[in-house]
Amino acid sequence: MHTKSLKELSALIRRREVSSREVVEHFLDRVRSLDPSLNGFVTVAEERALARAQQADERLGAGQGPALTGMPIAHKDIFCTRGLRTTCGSRMLADFTPPFDATAVQKLDTAGAVALGKTNMDEFAMGSSNETSYFGAVRNPWDLERVPGGSSGGSAAAVAAGLVPAATGTDTGGSIRQPAALTGVTGIKPTYGRVSRYGMIAFASSLDQGGCFARSAEDAAVVLQAMAGFDPKDSTSVDQAVPDYAAGLERELKGLRMGLPREYFAEGLEPGVKAVVQQAIEVLGEQGVEVVEVSLPHTELAVPAYYVVAPAEASSNLARYDGVRYGYRCADPLDLEDLYKRSRGEGFGREVKRRIMVGTYVLSHGYYDAYYLQAQKVRRLISDDFRRVFEQVDVIAGPVTQAPAFRLGEKIDDPVAMYLNDIYTIPANLAGLPGMSVPAGFVDGLPVGLQLIGNYFGEGRLLNVAHRFQQATDWHRRRPAEDAMRAEAS
Amino acid sequence: MSFQSSDVSKMAHLSRLAIEDQDLTRFAHDLSDILEMAGRLQEVDVGDAGPMAHPLDLTQRLRADVVTEGDEREAFQSQAPAAEDGLYLVPRVIE
Repeated sequence: MHTKSLKELSALIRRREVSSREVVEHFLDRVRSLDPSLNGFVTVAEERALARAQQADERLGAGQGPALTGMPIAHKDIFCTRGLRTTCGSRMLADFTPPFDATAVQKLDTAGAVALGKTNMDEFAMGSSNETSYFGAVRNPWDLERVPGGSSGGSAAAVAAGLVPAATGTDTGGSIRQPAALTGVTGIKPTYGRVSRYGMIAFASSLDQGGCFARSAEDAAVVLQAMAGFDPKDSTSVDQAVPDYAAGLERELKGLRMGLPREYFAEGLEPGVKAVVQQAIEVLGEQGVEVVEVSLPHTELAVPAYYVVAPAEASSNLARYDGVRYGYRCADPLDLEDLYKRSRGEGFGREVKRRIMVGTYVLSHGYYDAYYLQAQKVRRLISDDFRRVFEQVDVIAGPVTQAPAFRLGEKIDDPVAMYLNDIYTIPANLAGLPGMSVPAGFVDGLPVGLQLIGNYFGEGRLLNVAHRFQQATDWHRRRPAEDAMRAEAS
Repeated sequence: MSFQSSDVSKMAHLSRLAIEDQDLTRFAHDLSDILEMAGRLQEVDVGDAGPMAHPLDLTQRLRADVVTEGDEREAFQSQAPAAEDGLYLVPRVIE
């Protein structure tokens, strides 16, 4: 059952061949038996999920139920869920139970989806390996000694291991696309403003964007359809109609112009990954896509610009954690300042503290112009690069990462080496453009992703290209062996 | 920019973060590396590029000045580390 797509599962329960309760029980059973080896879930909401499945079956019995009725999903633990603990991977929020739902959660609820629980993530989404989580690292189902990527590593690993057919994620600098690539699943980060940020715990507000993971572009289209749309509760949500993504999936690719940025194939890209990406592009070429080389000349400045802008915004956003209104509070504070400092010092992990201090520094008097203002100007140059390229092409394609999944512990003590993981994903966040990772092959048994970047609000086009690619290939159907996971879990 | 332990202490204070003394050296090393990488931006000729604060260059949307949220004080304060009689409790501020 776990090898079926959302579309297939949905058809089965609509024909009443199987109930939502049976589907949900099956996936919960897989979570119980396999997740101990992966640590993909922070919280499993078994009773809640079974009650929701029961309701879904009643709706279906009455001949009702929208697109995702009775379908199991999981939420990255950054999305607030009413009455269900939401930790953001941090000790700071280890006991936080939100009194409200994030809009994305509420919309998926309305679409009928049944949330099985909350998935593990890098603390406050700050990380590219899922090793900064207070709840421990997540492991990659393809090789338990390797990272699943981050920050949405729990969601990616859960979908890759067949613990859930789809899951939500967020992407500030690559946190959907990079783990999707490293675990061999399909992930989409929409245009900034497409999915509401309301109730999505803030990291860097001008970059954060919600999206999803699924086993195929076709399934991702259904989930994104349910999540996307204008929300008056998010002041940067865009009031623009959401097209019917499923309806555009089959569109022919003949004549589509696809740009390959030469900077994404330059030094640093591992030859094996490069070969996989080039083969994927050839597959698209066979479908009539016109491939042209393009240039995004400021690409190498994206990581430095991001590591000024994102920490600056984070230092401001995370100022709210004061040990007073909610979240962790230190024991026996001497005075108010001691309360703030120790609650934050003990509640945040090392990476979060690093970023708060970097952000405070680049925003401080005397350094603001040299770092923060300069980074915002460079951000403009990066965004202008894309604008020029999208005058010539419809879609940009390239690698998601320079290499497949690295080993646990390999980069965690070297923040700059960790940051460079996101060299190909960060530019789309700085510009606010939609991006995808599509399973494209393997190097030494580890999955490799093809990145697609679209023009503003071009999610439909990306899903279309990914779907046509998946009709011509079977990389997205490959699954990790379960022996190691079962052995480790028992 | 090379960060010293004293610079870390200053940033930690401004950020209201308690950092253990034995961690100062490592943070100084990490922050130096990060800011050295970010320092590359200063060599860039940005010409007349205007700062980009938001990807879509939107102006902030305004809404009518009407109450949209109900009173949920009890629900919110149930999440507080220390609350009593509708008040958040903190250490005494005025002696």
